[in-house]
Amino acid sequence: MNRSFVRSILLLLAVTAWAVFAVAQDDTTQPAPADTLQETAPVAEAPAPATNVRGEDTPGDEGGSITVFWDQSADDTGIDAEGITVIGYEIRRTIDADNVPFHSVGFAAPGSERFEDATTSDDSTYYYVVVTASRDGGRAESDVIGPVQSSPQWFNTNRTNVFIIGLIISAAILYFIASARKGKQLFIRRIAGLEAVHDAIGRATEMGRPILYIPGIQDMDDVQTVAGVTILGYVARTIAEYDTRIDVPTSRSIVMSTARETIKAAYISVGRPDAYSDDAVHYVTDEQFGYVAAVDGIMVRDKPATCFYMGAFFAESLIMAETGNSIGAIQIAGTAMPAQLPFFVAACDYTLIGEELFAASAYLSNEPKQLGSLKGQDVGKLVAMLAILAGVGLFTLAQLTGAETINNAAQWVQDQFLLN
Amino acid sequence: MKREIPLIITALIGIVFIIQFFIPHEPFHSLSDIFSDWFSIIQACAIWLGALNLVKLSLDKIGKQGMIAVGSAVSLALLVAIFYAPGFLAGRLPLILFLLAFMLMFAGQYSRSRVKEDWFLSVSTVVSFVIIIIAGFAFSNGRQFLEPGTRFDYLYQYVYSPLSATMFAMLAFFVASASYRAFRARNKEATMLLLAAFFVMLGRVPLGDWLTSFMPEGARLSSLADWVMNFPNAAGQRAIMIGIALGVVSTSLRIILGIERSHLGGES
Repeated sequence: MNRSFVRSILLLLAVTAWAVFAVAQDDTTQPAPADTLQETAPVAEAPAPATNVRGEDTPGDEGGSITVFWDQSADDTGIDAEGITVIGYEIRRTIDADNVPFHSVGFAAPGSERFEDATTSDDSTYYYVVVTASRDGGRAESDVIGPVQSSPQWFNTNRTNVFIIGLIISAAILYFIASARKGKQLFIRRIAGLEAVHDAIGRATEMGRPILYIPGIQDMDDVQTVAGVTILGYVARTIAEYDTRIDVPTSRSIVMSTARETIKAAYISVGRPDAYSDDAVHYVTDEQFGYVAAVDGIMVRDKPATCFYMGAFFAESLIMAETGNSIGAIQIAGTAMPAQLPFFVAACDYTLIGEELFAASAYLSNEPKQLGSLKGQDVGKLVAMLAILAGVGLFTLAQLTGAETINNAAQWVQDQFLLN
Repeated sequence: MKREIPLIITALIGIVFIIQFFIPHEPFHSLSDIFSDWFSIIQACAIWLGALNLVKLSLDKIGKQGMIAVGSAVSLALLVAIFYAPGFLAGRLPLILFLLAFMLMFAGQYSRSRVKEDWFLSVSTVVSFVIIIIAGFAFSNGRQFLEPGTRFDYLYQYVYSPLSATMFAMLAFFVASASYRAFRARNKEATMLLLAAFFVMLGRVPLGDWLTSFMPEGARLSSLADWVMNFPNAAGQRAIMIGIALGVVSTSLRIILGIERSHLGGES
């Protein structure tokens, strides 16, 4: 018994000794402690931190946004610079700088000095830190700033210039409308394209062929479509008087409904409600080139004597206008899409360029009130011309003299006409 | 009252949109979003007005010519072919659809002198409408109809897209014919236009620089083309843009104030 007890003790001691030896051996193969590693491995050098960090509620917004500004890191000297290369800034945020860890809300490119955090809640305050990151993995935190809170504003100060210019133009338009109401005679220059509208309708009547009216391919939320449908009202009144057939294929359902109501109202206004038919206005398709194919087909089959294109157009403008040209129709176009104007000018007999499309309704109506609004536009043009002259003159002077004051003045004039 | 209510609604919504442009605070910000949502909802519902109008007009024409039976038969045959004989039709469907469309067109052209109606287009329209509706609703196998691999996607990719691209490609020919007319040197202005266009077009291709390679870089045709585009052209475009902006302001004011009423039948 004693012998077996001693043997057991010896075995236990042997196993313990082996275990201790094994662990000791294993320890020698383990990596060195962390502090030793840090001493031997190359450490990424931290870049200079961003300085002068400040945060403020983003001005002129509906709330929910804070803009953080900072001065660039001294090492932010370009992506190809020698030494430490700053690869950007990480913006971190917390709601409690002491108890809640910061988390990333976004990154800004090297060279930038601001970041808009559009994910804030107006009910909370926030603390920010800007971390400058280098290519080698170095990081440098700026001072913590805060608390900052976002809130909605009652006036978008970024748009003060638009407000003032809009006010001047609107006041001028209202003034001339009021003058026209009082009976003041206003001179409006002749617009050849609009003078030709009655002739074009008359031609279709004499030839016994229909008139094709295209109100663009945009919906009623586009002001060009509104202008197109408005002109359709006047065209429809003349058509109702002459008893000519009109065909209005539309690419939007709401435009179809609006055009129908417009034509119906025109027929009623000239006392011919019985001559109106819903079939004059019909929907084709929302798809751009499907619509063009259908309109081209109508042109080739029905051979309308007159084609009107009034509204917003894209690549389909030339396809339709050239097809209309090929069938010998008189074509009058009007659009405010600058890229499509050359196509219409090349392919149509008359083109209403930009503002003339919007002036058409007033011009055709010959109502003093509406003509007054056209006169008001001229004041806007005068303001634009004076501003252009001032800007060009100041920039030229600044270039010639190199004077900082003149350059600042020129910049100020330019800023007044930039939309924010 | 029928005229006043639309005028009041227009004025109210127009004023709200102007206010929200300058005042981002509630309730104006939300109001403009709500109005935009309403427009989208009305737009989505109104698509049925358009679609039904299209089908109604097409059916009227087909009915007049007694073609409704033909249309139905073609639709049925095509549906059966598309969905129950995929092995035979694999890769041939677009070709068959095009052939069918051409057959209908020829048939229509042949009978046009007698019937005076473009019934063949109406048949094509109704058949296409039925096929695309069924492909979208019934044969998506539980997937969204726009997902790749569905019948709808197949028709979109291999029928609609090539047709659309064909129409767009016609633009190249129309640009050539329109340019030919526009650039004829009929008078002084047209001659200037012709010269400017000639230099810009030549400056935009490598040939232009190759021809003027002996000249300093700033005097080569590509530089001349850039100058024409960046200065006279940009100035003209901006003048048009300023006029457009003023026209939009004026038109909007006329509509908001109720001065512009031609869409309601004019003044009376």
